[in-house]
Amino acid sequence: MTEDRRVFDYLLRLADSDLVLAQRLGEWVGHGPVLEEDIALTNVGLDLLGQARLWFAYAGEVEARFAEAGRSEDALAFLRDSGEFRNLLLVEQPNGNYADTMARQFYFDVWHQLLLVKLAHSRDSRIAEIAVKAEKEVVYHAERSADWIIRLGDGTDESHARIQAAIDDLWMYTGEMFDPDEIDTPLAEEGIGCDLRALEPAWREAVGSVLDEATLTLPGGTWMQRGGKKGVHTEHLGHMLATMQWLPRTYRGAEW
Amino acid sequence: MERSEWPLWEIFIRSQHGLAHKHVGSLHAPDPEMAIKNARDVYTRRNEGVSIWAVRSADVTATAPGEKGPLFEPANSKIYRHPTFFPMPDEVKHI
Repeated sequence: MTEDRRVFDYLLRLADSDLVLAQRLGEWVGHGPVLEEDIALTNVGLDLLGQARLWFAYAGEVEARFAEAGRSEDALAFLRDSGEFRNLLLVEQPNGNYADTMARQFYFDVWHQLLLVKLAHSRDSRIAEIAVKAEKEVVYHAERSADWIIRLGDGTDESHARIQAAIDDLWMYTGEMFDPDEIDTPLAEEGIGCDLRALEPAWREAVGSVLDEATLTLPGGTWMQRGGKKGVHTEHLGHMLATMQWLPRTYRGAEW
Repeated sequence: MERSEWPLWEIFIRSQHGLAHKHVGSLHAPDPEMAIKNARDVYTRRNEGVSIWAVRSADVTATAPGEKGPLFEPANSKIYRHPTFFPMPDEVKHI
């Protein structure tokens, strides 16, 4: 695999996780538990959508170096099938109840921030620039989701039970975040990507200390579900993409 | 199941350094930290502020409409208290 192809795939992983999570958060529009939360959570979704656009735009430029032409942001987002998506399995999981949504967000935000801090020093200056910009937003996301974990965990008996269940259920999707493959490893060695294994201790510590404050228990399971980065997804992604991609696929070239 | 509403908070935002905080509206939040975070998301989406205050609405002491007469009317007839008897330079803003 050529260097450019590797970088292209790497950028899709970053973009797709942002895009898929943004779409999931968008599903909460008009359904949030209170008006303030509805606005706040979808703000996070909008941040992630903006970041996805930056990664897609750069991915298209990199693609043009080895393909006949690079695809546009829209083509990458709306005209690929689930097998071509490279997002983490974690972010495609359904919204469930608010605890499920917050547990998913918390696991992702903590990892996302650690990742972007590393990518801000990437030898690829475009990756570094996007990471610096995105990290400012993600610091806030991570604070917000940690706040919610603490409030739900240390809240009522019912909120405690629900958030612990969500934390436990989603645990098996977290291993993939620290599992480098034949794309991650060479890019990390060249200083373009990030050493995923090195993120795990800091992630566990950050997650553990918030769960501690929330009177929740860090799950101990060691079996992890994998495949998102290779395009092997859970059954949920296809349904989500059908909703997300229906309009641009039905009305090709449709504009506002 | 008991369903209790979150308390109401009054939100004040300073739009730039040198200006005072201004009341922009109110919102619900479970505690002070979340009130600030919600205010950030509800009222500063378009880069409106450099500082946010959140005050529980229950802690605001307000004048009663019925007291309007004795409180405010005596000032009406004292025009010499208004700074209208000398010219203000154009460069002076926010007065």
